[in-house]
Parts: sequence; structure tokens; C-alpha cells
Amino acid sequence: MTPAAVITGIGVVAPTGTGVREHWANTLAGRSGIAPITSYAPGLPVAVAGQVTDFDETEWVDHRLIVQTDRWTWLAFAAARLALDDARLDPAGENPMALSVVTAGGSGGNAFGQREIQALWREGPRAVSAYQSIGWFYAASSGQLSIRHQLKGACGVIVADGAGGIEAVRQARRLLARGSAGVLTGGTEAPLSPYALVCQSGQRGLSQGSDPDTAYRPFAADATGHVPGEGGAMLVLEPEEKARARGARVYAEVAGTASTHDAWHPEDPPPDSRQLERAVRESIARAGCVPDDIDVVFADGAGDARADRLELDALRAVFDGRSVPVTAPKTMTGRLCSGGAALDLAWAALAIDRGVLPPTVNVPADALGPGLDLVIEARPADVRYALVVARGVGGFNSAAVLRRSDPAAEK
Amino acid sequence: MRRAVITGVGVVAPGGESREQFWARIVDGKPAIRRITRFDPAAFRSRIAAEVDVDAAGRGLTPQEERRTDRFVQMAMIAADEAVADAGLDSAEGDRVGVTLGTAVGATSRLEDEYVIASNRGRDWVVDHRHTGPFLYQSLVPASGAAELAARYGAHGPAAVVSTGCTSGIDSIGHALGLVQDDEADVVIAGASDAPISPITVACFDAIRATTPHNDEPEAASRPFDDGRQGFVLGEGSAFLIVEELAHARARGARIYCEVTGYAARANGFHMTGLRPDGLELAEAIGDAMDQARLTTEDLGYISAHGSGTRQNDRHETAAYKRALGEPVRRVPISSIKAVVGHSLGAIGAIEMAACALTLQRGVIPPTANLTVPDPECDLDYTPLTAREAAVRHALSVGSGFGGFQSAMVFSSPGALA
Repeated sequence: MTPAAVITGIGVVAPTGTGVREHWANTLAGRSGIAPITSYAPGLPVAVAGQVTDFDETEWVDHRLIVQTDRWTWLAFAAARLALDDARLDPAGENPMALSVVTAGGSGGNAFGQREIQALWREGPRAVSAYQSIGWFYAASSGQLSIRHQLKGACGVIVADGAGGIEAVRQARRLLARGSAGVLTGGTEAPLSPYALVCQSGQRGLSQGSDPDTAYRPFAADATGHVPGEGGAMLVLEPEEKARARGARVYAEVAGTASTHDAWHPEDPPPDSRQLERAVRESIARAGCVPDDIDVVFADGAGDARADRLELDALRAVFDGRSVPVTAPKTMTGRLCSGGAALDLAWAALAIDRGVLPPTVNVPADALGPGLDLVIEARPADVRYALVVARGVGGFNSAAVLRRSDPAAEK
Repeated sequence: MRRAVITGVGVVAPGGESREQFWARIVDGKPAIRRITRFDPAAFRSRIAAEVDVDAAGRGLTPQEERRTDRFVQMAMIAADEAVADAGLDSAEGDRVGVTLGTAVGATSRLEDEYVIASNRGRDWVVDHRHTGPFLYQSLVPASGAAELAARYGAHGPAAVVSTGCTSGIDSIGHALGLVQDDEADVVIAGASDAPISPITVACFDAIRATTPHNDEPEAASRPFDDGRQGFVLGEGSAFLIVEELAHARARGARIYCEVTGYAARANGFHMTGLRPDGLELAEAIGDAMDQARLTTEDLGYISAHGSGTRQNDRHETAAYKRALGEPVRRVPISSIKAVVGHSLGAIGAIEMAACALTLQRGVIPPTANLTVPDPECDLDYTPLTAREAAVRHALSVGSGFGGFQSAMVFSSPGALA
């Protein structure tokens, strides 16, 4: 029997705040972290983004490692330490070979890579940093976290664009099913440096809006696309029995996950929602529940009219007329690529733990149309099951069902 | 637990741009290494590489596919096409078909090329988006490579890129194994691809002296386990394997190369590039993979080494073999094909797994080319210079990479299938 995988620690570094307390307070107040891009924006068709402000890497990263790593890894260092502290888990007290880190990768070390390519082309090969080989590539964060926290089991990096956070958690569950005692998992992203923004600027579905309150309004009739953002979340996953034995607080169980692919086009949405619907249905079935059990849906919320309609089609088909609460708190952060689904899982776990549904901002209450109930203000709720839906550019569909984990309750 | 077998193999490697050419090349032990032609390497410390000569259009890629994808995706498409055809699948379309693509550096070549133009050869930090090509987001986030493959075959099962640096190839096949074992897919198009022969990647390995400065004799430059080795030679390429659930393969009468009987990974938690000489974590990975396959060292007929040809790797690896497999490992033939095809970062693990599948099928062990004066500290049977005929029932392959990641995988011949 596969052991239940439970979330015992959450570390958030996001436009909504650093640490669970600040992040959750801002979330419930509907305070968005989307603002005009301060790092760089001239002439680009992207003017606003979700930004992590007041982040001081020297608080979170050893001095000698700051020059070896990119901002994306700094955010991962911070989220990882917050998650381990939140879980009250000290890896030094565990068998290191039984602990792992699995991150979702996205665009890698953007500012670092741009700086070194620029040095190479301006000044020649000798100007390239000795750390380019370890600072830019997609495995940098997992590697650094493995070394920093002595996580010496199987480590991983999964890239599935915006679905990556769920894919990383799925890999973590596979490891737990094969005997791992704990996995640090999630993702962060730092895509707001000049060249990274240029690479995103030709993307289909990018919002050109310059007003932070209207630039990203998924499901709204006049939605103009999505805005990018930085940050993400790391989670600590452990086998339930072990977590209970050490007296850990359990936020939620990762009860069922699934993923499918549209296999359609490099960036265009597919003609129908069949594969997204299949991922949602399979994740619910694997969680051992039925759609009627789902208390809240954390929507993917592409912000693109066609992609939004496909998501609503899938949810309507699965929930078959039931008015399930749907929310997209990422309207406060923008879309964080590899950090996005990890942050949604964190929100879902907190919703279960705190008994509150986090709100969607800047989207009209009736945007979903009949049959689905958009949460536009923080709402108390008895949440037993939460569904997280995540998609990645190119056709990745992932879904995860989190379940409230009551030690003495029925399963 | 559901079992997974290999039913198709496709390879695009230096000096061997198809499965059969690749096999002939590594059995011959003839290095495919030359002065870099993809750009002028005169200003660099290491000026040689194992380059692939592949005609994308001649292998069926459309002009649109060439325009929108990086070279690493193009090589993946060609290798995956060959693997799918080799598996005799009428169609790889379906909800139960997955895709895993390993890559260490993804579309770095295209990202660099576009940046050089947009920034006026590095003059401008603030770059102008109007001077970049289309589909650049697809190069920024390499997930696009898996998406391209899924769309190519209509594979609607789980798809992902696995990017654990230089163990990406083994880990990609390991990821596919997990999907089959856990009943998430019946067939996975699994492999890896890297196209890192670009100025920035050559420069980054120059900076840490990981690649060899042995520029004058390119064919003799990659020297795994040899006392004269001075570093690795950068390569490029791709390999794909069809990882298929055993009963599914049997039901359709598929030809089975081998079974994936063990896969394990560890991290050394020590250093992003440095290795401790004891090889402890690699030994743990090897031991775990061998236990899953229920094998002892005496059962092993071949080990495909990581054998990168750096001073520290080859000693680290030798120590790990001794630690994990004991005294009997002295009787196991081991070789590194990197002397022939170079080190293609994330791709090489999949290329080496392809070599293992062919070794099991054909009873020939490819040699370690250029191994003329063994390092006294690398004192195992590293199969110098000449291929050997041997019936191999079980083969182990290992990979080691930046981040401290160590992976091991065991393939077993269909004759050993219970």
C-alpha cells in the first residue's frame, strides 16, 4: 500500500509576500503584488508584473553563494528554508540518503546567463565567470538545495512550464512511494530581467495592459491576457505515518494527481478541453473521491479568451451543473511559470488548514457564467477537498487533489 | 509492480547519425571529434568537439519546424522518429502514450544566437525585442521540446522535460519507468537531447578547465581512464528509447531489446562540480539499482561508464565501482563511449542507454578508444581500444553530473525475462 503523502511545511516567496504569515494576510485582504515593472521595461509590450519586493538575498543565501547563483535560486533558497522551518524538520536529524529535493524548472538563471553571454560577446571568453556552468542551468536550484540541506536521495528537476509545480509534486510522491522519508519540492521563477522579458514579449496571450488592476483578469469578458511574475513556493512532503509520529503539523494530503498533454500546437490552445478534463477527472478518481466532494477549485486562469473558455468547459463538464467555488488568487501574483502551480498548491493547503477560500481579484463575480461560483472575497468554508488545475504553454495539463488529513477521521 | 521493456531505439550521435551508424562507430572505436565548425573557436581554450552532421530537412523536418525549434529539439525529433519506427508501433497516438525529454542546457544555442543580434553583440544590456525571432518563449522554457514531441506523435499521456544536468538522460528514462510502473502510461517515448556546442557553453567549461585543451590531435583528445586524460570533450546528440509496459509489448508481439530492471539516483550533497574521491553516493545508487534488479556483480556482463575523461571523475567512478560491486567487478568489462562521441551533457545518458540496449541485443561490447596507458588508479577492465564479443545478460550504466547528481540504471536481456 502506497503511503499517504502529506504536506507538513510551506515556504512562500511571492509577490503576495515572503513567508506564510505575510502571504496569507495579503491574500485574504486581496492585496495584489502586480505592479509596473521596476527592473526594466522600456519599449516592451509588457509593462506590469508580479514582483517580489523587499527581498534581501543576503538574509537567505551564504555570501559566497550569492555570486555563484541567480535570483531564481536565491528565491528557492529562501522558500526552502521557510518550508523546512515551517515543517520543523531538521534534515541533519534524518538519514540524508532518504531525503530528496525535486524542483520545477522554468527559464533558469536569466539575469546570470544574460550577464555572462554579454561578457563573452563584449570582452571575450576569459571574461566569463567560473560560475556560469553552475549558475544558469535548470538544475542549479535543486543542486544547491541538495548541498545546503544535505538532501542526498534521488533529486529531480521537471520542466513542464506552468504545470511544472504539480509535476514536481508528482515526482515527489513517486519517491515517497518508493521509500523516501521526505521531499522538498516546488518551484520558483525569476523571469523579469531584460532578456527574459524580451523572450516572453512575443508570447501568445501576454497582456499588454499597463494598469495593474486590469492587465490580468482571467475569465473576464474583456480579458487581455496574462502578466508574468516571479517567485513561487517550496513544500515539504512526508509520508503521513512518519509525519504523525514526529508530531508534525499536517496541512493536507496530496490525495490524487494526474497529467495529460494536448499534443496540439507549440502555443495555441487545443480545439477542445478533452485532455484538460481527463487530467481533472483522473486526479479526482485517484484521490478516491468524486466531483461532488470537491469544495474549491484553484483555476489555471490563463487570461486568454480561448484558453479560459476551455478551462470553464472542462470544469462544467466535470462538475455537471454543481455550483462549485472556483478561485484564482494568482490574479494577485501573475503567472509564475514553474513557481505558479507550487504556489497554488500552497494556497490550497492553506485553504484546507485555515478553513478559508482565498479570493480572486479584479474579475467580476459573474465572469464564470452560470454553474460556477467565483470567489471574489475571502470566504470561510469547511474545505475537505481542494482541486488545483495547472497548464503549461505547449499543452501541458496537470491536476492535483489535496485532502484534509484528520488523524482520527474517516479516510 | 508493472514492468517496463525497451522496444525501440533511435540515435543521432557524432559520427553516427542513425542507430546503425552509431553502433558501427562505437564498435569501431573511431573518435568523431574535430576542431569546432559551428563557430570560430580560435579564442577559446578548448577548440574541439564531437559534432553531429545531420540534415534536418533530409530527415523529414519541415521548414517551420526548423524555424521554431532549437537544434536540441530538432535532434530529439529525428532520434524519436527513429525509435518510434523501430518499435513497430502502428501509431504512437493515444491517451496512454507519454513523453520524457532529458536535457541539461535546452535551447541555449538559440537563446545565445538571438541575444547576440538583439544586443548588438553584447553591447546593449537593455535589448530590443523587435530584433528577435519567433517562438523565442519556446527556447526560454525548454518544456517546449516535450510539447513538440507530444504533438508530433499525438501522445496525450504525461509529458515532461527532465533537466538534472548531466544525469538528465538516465533520469529521463527513469522517469518513464516510473510512469509505466505506476500505471500512468503503457508506452513512453523517452530520451534526451543536447546541442551545447555554442560559444557560451564552450566558454563556461573553459572557465573551470573541465574540457580538455588537447586541441592538436582532436581524435586523441577524449581519453577516459587513460593516464594522459586532461578533461572531457564537449559533444552533442540525442537518443530515444521506447519504454513499454511488458504485457503491452508482448500482446502486440513487439521485439524486445531488454527490460529496465533497476534505476536509482543519489546526490552527493558535497559540491556543484567537485566529487569526493570515495564515490560513496554513486556507489549507493549502483547498489540500489542492482538490488532492484536482484543481481550480484557476477551477473553483470557489461558496465557503460560515465567515463568523462576528467582527472577526478574517472577515479571517483573507479572507487564507486569497487565500493558498490566489490572485488568481482575486476572481471566485468567496462567501457566509456565518450572517447568516440564526446560528452553531450544531458543527452549522453540516453545515448549510453541506447548503447547498452544494443550491446545486450548483439553480444558485442564497444571499447574505450584512446585508452593506451591506463591511469594506475583506474585499474579495472576498461576494455581498451578493441570491441569484444560476449553474451551479456545484464548491463549497468552510470551517470554523474553537476549538482552532485549520480544515477545508475540496469538493463537485462529478454532472455533473462521471467
